[in-house]
Formats: sequence, C-alpha cells, structure tokens
Amino acid sequence: MANLNRRHFIAAAGAAAAAVPLAGGTAFAQEKIKIGFIFLGPIGDYGWTWAHNKGREAVDAALGDKVETIYVENVAEDASAIPLIRDLAQQGCKLIFTTSYGYMDQTITVAAEFPDVKFEHCTGFKRADNVSTYNSKFHEGRAVLGTISGKLSKSGTLGYLGSYKVPEVVLGVNSFLLSAQKQNPDAKLKLVFIDSWFDPPKEAAATETLINLGCDIVTTHTDSPAALQILEQKGLYGFGQGADMSSFAPNAHLTAIEDIWGPYYVERVQAIVDGTWASADTWDGMKEGTVVISPYNKAVPADVVALADAVQAGYKDGTYDIFTGPIYDQDGNLKVEEGKVMTMAELAVIDWFVKGVESAA
Amino acid sequence: MDFLIAAIITIVGISTPILLAGLGELVVEKSGVLNLGVEGMMLVGAIAGFAATVLTGNPWLGVIGAAVAGALAASLFGFFVLTLNSNQVATGLALTIFGTGLSSLIGLSFVGRIVPQFGSVFPPELARDPLLKVLFGYSPVVYFALIMVFAVGWFLKSTRAGLILRAVGENDLSAHSIGYSVIGVRYAAVAFGGAMAGIGGAYFSMVITPMWAERMTAGRGWIALALVLFAGWRAGRLLVGAIFFGVLMWMELNAKAGGLSFLSFAQYIPSQFWAAMPYLMTVVVLTLISMRDRVGLNAPACLGKPFLPAT
Repeated sequence: MANLNRRHFIAAAGAAAAAVPLAGGTAFAQEKIKIGFIFLGPIGDYGWTWAHNKGREAVDAALGDKVETIYVENVAEDASAIPLIRDLAQQGCKLIFTTSYGYMDQTITVAAEFPDVKFEHCTGFKRADNVSTYNSKFHEGRAVLGTISGKLSKSGTLGYLGSYKVPEVVLGVNSFLLSAQKQNPDAKLKLVFIDSWFDPPKEAAATETLINLGCDIVTTHTDSPAALQILEQKGLYGFGQGADMSSFAPNAHLTAIEDIWGPYYVERVQAIVDGTWASADTWDGMKEGTVVISPYNKAVPADVVALADAVQAGYKDGTYDIFTGPIYDQDGNLKVEEGKVMTMAELAVIDWFVKGVESAA
Repeated sequence: MDFLIAAIITIVGISTPILLAGLGELVVEKSGVLNLGVEGMMLVGAIAGFAATVLTGNPWLGVIGAAVAGALAASLFGFFVLTLNSNQVATGLALTIFGTGLSSLIGLSFVGRIVPQFGSVFPPELARDPLLKVLFGYSPVVYFALIMVFAVGWFLKSTRAGLILRAVGENDLSAHSIGYSVIGVRYAAVAFGGAMAGIGGAYFSMVITPMWAERMTAGRGWIALALVLFAGWRAGRLLVGAIFFGVLMWMELNAKAGGLSFLSFAQYIPSQFWAAMPYLMTVVVLTLISMRDRVGLNAPACLGKPFLPAT
C-alpha cells in the first residue's frame, strides 16, 4: 500500500514537473494548429505584455476551433530567448510571435533553423522569407499625449520615463515633445532610462526624481502603473501605457495609449490557417485601430480635448504627421527640412532626440 | 533645500525594503544558514500583505500577514535544509522560483485592486512643514526598519539569546554539545528572516506603489543578499549599505535626467554600469575588509553547512 502510494505520488510529481515550463495553452486536440507567443513581462503587468496577451486571447476567441495558442512569459531579451523560441518551434508551432524589440536577432537565428515555421517579430526591422515584422505607431498616440501635456503643464518641463534607447522609445519621446511644443514653444523634456521595461520600484523612484527636477507631467514608456501612482500621490498628471490604467490613479491618469493587437493577430493566424501567409512589414496605427486613446480624464478641459481629438482625426484620415519639418535635433542641427515628412524607413531606425530634450542619453 | 528634502525621501523609499530584507538575512546567516530565497520570500510577502489589506481593509493586518507569509515560506525552506539536510544553495534558489510562481498565482485575482493606505504615525501637522517631513513624513514601516537595525544589532551583540545564535553559527557541534538546540535556533532565525523579507516585500506592494504586479520586487532580494556581505554581517553597516544603494540609484536617475550639474560627467557612464554597481561595490568592500581584517570576512564559520551531529 505504501509503495503504491509512493509510486502514485512520484508519477503525479513528475507530471506536475513536466507541466511547469509552459503555463499557457491546452494541448490535447492534435489536429489544431499551434501558435506560439514569446512575452517580455508577466501577462499580469497591466501594460505591454498584458495587451499582447489580450491579442492572444482574441485569437483564441476568434479561431479557437482551429488553432491553440501557447505562450511563454518573462522571457529575457538576451541569448536565453533562443532556446525558448526554439522550444516553441519544436513543439510544433506553425507561427510564433516574438513580442519585443530585444528578440530581433534571436528570432532571425531560430527562423533560419526552422524554414517551415513562420515568425512574426514585434517592433524590429530584420525580416526573412519566414520572418515578418509588425509594429504599431505608438508615436501617434504620443502626439496626442504631448498635445495635452503642452497645454496642461504649468512648468513647461515634461518628464519622460523611458526603458531603453530603442527606436520605438526615441520616436515616442520626439513625438511627445514636438507635439507639446506646438502648444507651448518653450516646452522642455527631461528623460530617464531605467534599463528595464518592468521595475516598479525603480519606475517609482525615477518618477519622484523627475518631479523633483521640476516636471509636473510625467509620461511613461515602461510597463507598470508605478509612475501613475506616484503622480497620484503628488497631485500631478500622467498617462497610462499599453492599457487604460485609470483604476490605479483616477485623478492623475489623463488618458492612455492602448495597444490593440487582437485584429492583427487574428488576421495573421487566419493567413496561416488559409495557407496564404507571406513575409511582410506591417506598421499600423490609429487609422487601423491598433493605437487607441482611452477616454479623457475630466481634468482635461474641453478646448484641450478638441485639440487632442484634432490630432487623432488627422492621423485617422492621414492628414497629420508630427514628423513634418522643420525639425531640429538636440544640438540645434536641422534634421528635417521645412515641409518634408520623415519616411517610415527613417522613423524605424531613428536614434536622435529633438531640440528641447535636456538629458544626454 | 526642497530639492534635498525630496531627494532624501526618495532615497529612504529605495533603501527601506532592502534594509528590512537584509536585516532578516543577516540574522539567518549569523545562525549559520544561507538562504538565497530572499527574492521569493519578498514576493510572497508582497502579495500576502496586499491580499490581507484588500480583504481586511487594514494595512496593519496586511503587514502582519506579510510577515506571517514570509515566515511560512522560510519555514518550508527550513524544513528542507534543517530537517532533511538538503543543500542550502539549491534549496534557496528553489525557494525564489517557488515564491515567484506562488505570488503570481495568488496575485491573479488581485491585479488592478486598490488598497487602503497607512495613516501617518505622527500627527499630520508635524509632517506638513517640509523640514519636519523628512523626519516625520514616512510610512510606519520605515520607522520599524530603523528600530529593527538597532534591535538586531543589540540582540546579536548584547543578549544571551544572540550569543547562543552566534555560537550556533560559528560552531554548531560545540553549541550542540553543551545542550543548545542547533536546529531549533536555526528554525527561529530562518522564520525571522522570512518575516523580515515578507515585510520588505510588502513595502513595495503597500507603500511605494500600492498595487500588485507580478515580480514587482524586480530583483531587490538579490541586492539585499549582497548587502549582507557588504555589511560584513553587522547591522549598523547594513543600514549604511542600504542608504548607499539608495544614494547610488538616486544619483543614477538624476545623472540621466540631467538634474545635477556636478553629476554631469555621470551621464556618459553606460547605464548597465550603474546597474552593476551594488554588486561591484560588494566585491570591492569584501576585498578591502579581507585585506585589513586579520579575522577575515567576519563570516559565520558554519555558514551554508548542514548540521550533522555524530549521534
């Protein structure tokens, strides 16, 4: 009897151990096509990864009878991502989404080993026959936030809590400040990179630091609501990143940029089901509904709402682009001539900050 | 002046949780046990404190819940390394992985919830003046951490129980032979370490950013472990080390934001270097201490070794 129990115990423990590495997905129906996701943070970060996971859930909801989704969360943006991506391919995934910039070379590496598996890398610029890239024009949302901030900031000094100096963040900074300067030509911006997408205590400390340096509005390009909570305590303003975070800071949260990945994910997975998938470079924005602005806080006055809505409308009908010259860099050099609009290719690899960004980063 | 006051408040916020966790680990290591599970215990404390506050509406009960949960997680570790004599390093690492997963699981239903905050300890009028705010404006947990620095230092140095605990850590067989319960003392120390780590974790989820997010301690448990070495197993130095870490991060953030002209050189330092600084400083301090001190690193002689009496 004792032996039997013990054997059962060991078998159960073994099964539990085998189930540990991959939490998501339900792997029973063999005929379903497997779709893999590599996530940067925890799906409960309430920001970036949370939004991507909503997209994954949209795939489950729309195509759950034909496909099953598997995900791995908390994947570091270093060489350790390679075996995890490879593992998804070896499990039989036909399409794998790698959902952060830092998986770029790792995705290309694994894609070369599995020519029959399709890959989609988020926010990168390296493609192959079986590797697509997709991105979202978050900077269109930043233009709305910048417009509001330029009007509402009393000090004219704006704070920007950044993660890493990657094109996506540089675009966000530039779009935000250029838009603010349209409302207040003297607007300046202080920028801190915290070298992480997710580090709530450091995000909090960095926000306190920016406030102490005179910023009365701080926008975040990191993934937790930590900054908003500090702003709420101080009676200042900020914005949500990736998702509507107003529940964390009902007064400080002016609005948020929501990332809506679901329609794109469903479309690409459908293409796998239909056998029509082809490598592409997709960069959707407000027009396609990938970037959505959350409802405005009542603290935003009507005239500012009108300005913000005008920016949104301009992006939706294609008549507005904040990256229209003249644009000067931090040192005052003319980078974009009057009347010229920066191309998508230029934006995708941008590595310089506009005039008024005070921190050397 | 306002700038300095705000800076001090930020630094205190950064230092407090690692000070709490470090104090607990210091006592654990003094008893001869190395528990690398600090990060896991902090996360368990963070979610337990948050959950208890949500459910009871009382932040004091939240802190107690965090301490109890941290102590329970530590006792699980204790069962493996003290009763079953498993490898302390491996078990400690396992505790971190376990704590991370368990806190994420429990936390699922608490994402996006709001908790009531601590009131101020002192009359709010005292904290209104900016100068007095530096002294009286903190969460009760901060004062608790400061009191514990002295309490732990006094306990280890001046009490009989502290002497026994150190004896167990320095020479477990001798302590055993004169009748002290080595395992009992170590269980108590490990549980205390877990409770302190739990409160440190709760400081994140209840005070700095009152919310639950998975892995929200973001590696502070490892910093706390490094601090214990940095401090040479002394409570007073641990306080210095925790403040030093706070100042370092504050300098990093200010340098990057271009806030202080005398720090302008610092903006050319790669930020990865800043992140490595606490660990680098630990190595440097260890080297300096071992050069100067004949007695070596002051490390407990039985640190990390299982207790195997020849009976």
